[in-house]
Amino acid sequence: MKSLIAVIFALLPSFVLAAGGNVHLDDMKVDLEDNASLQRGAKYFANYCMGCHSTKFARYNRVARDLGIPDDVMMDNLVFAEAKIGNLMEIAMRPEDSKKWFGATPPDLTLVARVRGADWLYTYLRSFYSDESRPYGVNNTVFKDVGMPHVLADLQGKQVKGCAPVVIGFDPLTGRELKEDSCAREDHDGHPIEVLYLEEKGQLDAAEYDKVVADITNFLVYMAEPMALDRKRIGFWVLLFLAILFVPVYYLNREFWRGIH
Amino acid sequence: MSKLSAFMGWIDHRLPVTATFEKHMSKYYAPKNLNFWYFFGVFSFLMLANQILTGVWLTMSFTPSAEQAFASVEYIMRDVEFGWLIRYMHSTGASFFFIAIYMHMFRGLIYGSYQKPRELIWVFGMAIYLMLMAEAFMGYVLPWGQMSYWGAQVIISLFSAIPVVGDDLVTWIKGDFLISGITLNRFFALHVIALPLVIVALVFMHILALHEVGSNNPDGVDIKKYKDEEGRPLDGIPFHPYYTVHDLVGIVVFLFVFCFVIFFWPEGNGYFLEHANFEQANGLKTPEHIAPVWYFGAFYTILRVVPDKLGGVILMGAAIAVLFVLPWLDRSPVKSWRYKGWISRINLVLFGLFFILLTWLGTQPATGIYATLGLISTIIYFAWFITLPFISAKEKTKPVPERVTG
Repeated sequence: MKSLIAVIFALLPSFVLAAGGNVHLDDMKVDLEDNASLQRGAKYFANYCMGCHSTKFARYNRVARDLGIPDDVMMDNLVFAEAKIGNLMEIAMRPEDSKKWFGATPPDLTLVARVRGADWLYTYLRSFYSDESRPYGVNNTVFKDVGMPHVLADLQGKQVKGCAPVVIGFDPLTGRELKEDSCAREDHDGHPIEVLYLEEKGQLDAAEYDKVVADITNFLVYMAEPMALDRKRIGFWVLLFLAILFVPVYYLNREFWRGIH
Repeated sequence: MSKLSAFMGWIDHRLPVTATFEKHMSKYYAPKNLNFWYFFGVFSFLMLANQILTGVWLTMSFTPSAEQAFASVEYIMRDVEFGWLIRYMHSTGASFFFIAIYMHMFRGLIYGSYQKPRELIWVFGMAIYLMLMAEAFMGYVLPWGQMSYWGAQVIISLFSAIPVVGDDLVTWIKGDFLISGITLNRFFALHVIALPLVIVALVFMHILALHEVGSNNPDGVDIKKYKDEEGRPLDGIPFHPYYTVHDLVGIVVFLFVFCFVIFFWPEGNGYFLEHANFEQANGLKTPEHIAPVWYFGAFYTILRVVPDKLGGVILMGAAIAVLFVLPWLDRSPVKSWRYKGWISRINLVLFGLFFILLTWLGTQPATGIYATLGLISTIIYFAWFITLPFISAKEKTKPVPERVTG
């Protein structure tokens, strides 16, 4: 029961989402300097995502170099089939087949973080819930009726959408959480508010699962703009140069204009 | 005679290098009281140079085909040495070009720089602005993202509103029945060759016309009225070295802001590089919200104010066309707003603020309160032009000083 409450607490933003019209997104703190997280993200991505999603604008060896993965480790663990280390990260699945299987071709994910944003990805991957009316038995609160199956279900467990106690505040005297059944409240359209909660535990607990999703999101943010850290590093020196250049330029101007009134 | 001056003498007998330099730089007398607002002309010029140079390098790796365009931009971003820097300089440069141009134009408004005898400078400037909009629009199509495609879809389809020939005209522009690789290829040709040539030629005319009559100044007084014994304006100073070193200070500050965006904020919150444009063009998937890049916002809002397509196109065309005739709408005896009446001054500030509002509204969905605001701003935009001849002719002005006040 305690873990159920914890999950619900973590999913409180989704509760807000159901209340408001727009999809509420949880805040994801991206850290491109966390190489361990990026490496884990790359591993999860290769294992769980790359069966269907390419990142065809990126190359394996660039990812290996940027993330500090030795080429041979990269080849053994993350590069599939006959691909070479310098290849683009394409996949074998043919678009016309995947369209038949999923209703839509799984999109290339090289730039998805720049299209959707980190918060969206982080929330999306944690918002699948059981829905038997869908072909793969799951739906998503962030992306309604998405064709994608919940590939991380083994890790997360079975999440469902329904009535559950949610934390609505804290007792001012004792500091204890105050809970209320979510369906006791209604959204703007007068429907009882349903929330996501875990019905069956997966291999990971909620916090561990969130961390996996955070790693994948972190990796996708890196993937969308692999030079982001270089950009900022170089930018610092460029701005410093201009700031220093300003001094002689300013005095040069003042010297010339000394006699002009 | 030194070797250098002998060499220059040899050249000058054959090509007027020294004479041209003197005419346009070292003996071109500019008013000594030019202020902050006068930086934006040189900033625009800097951005033009930036766009041409980075554009040349982008062209080396860009592939203008529907299959390859998107991938080749990502190739530039990932595999070309410093390709990302060149690309961000170009994409940020487009937005900064427009920021500089808008400030430069507003400078013209507040100090009456379009008034007699500078009407042609203004008209050439407007022509540059118009060509720049075409240039920016076509450039935006090239990366072949979702907004490239659907933005082009919206803009090109405007021509279909023209009676009788509209639909055929649209097919002629696209070169196809849909926006396709053929459209992309011709836009590439226009973007990298035709329009830059026209823009550079117009900039040349703009500056030539300026140097013929001389620069205006914040007081709007004619500095050629009072000259010394050698015929030099008393309130003028040679452009070089005084304004070259002066502009250099402004350029360093401008580059600081420009580089800050390039290195730390290249997407500009989705205003400089739209999020949806990181998704490859897909003619079967319409984005939820099609928004132009911010610098077209004002005219896009005016377009959407009218529910009828042809009406919207006409109104948008009028919003641009009316700017061309501005020199003949302002009938004030004084140039600078410093000496105009308070109605003119308030109107001008309002005009500026509502233009910013129009611009912002163009990037938002036209629903609810935004639609109402769009209508109000459009009315105020046109009201400014319509009332200008009457207010400027009737209103009591302040006496203009004989000499510049600094």
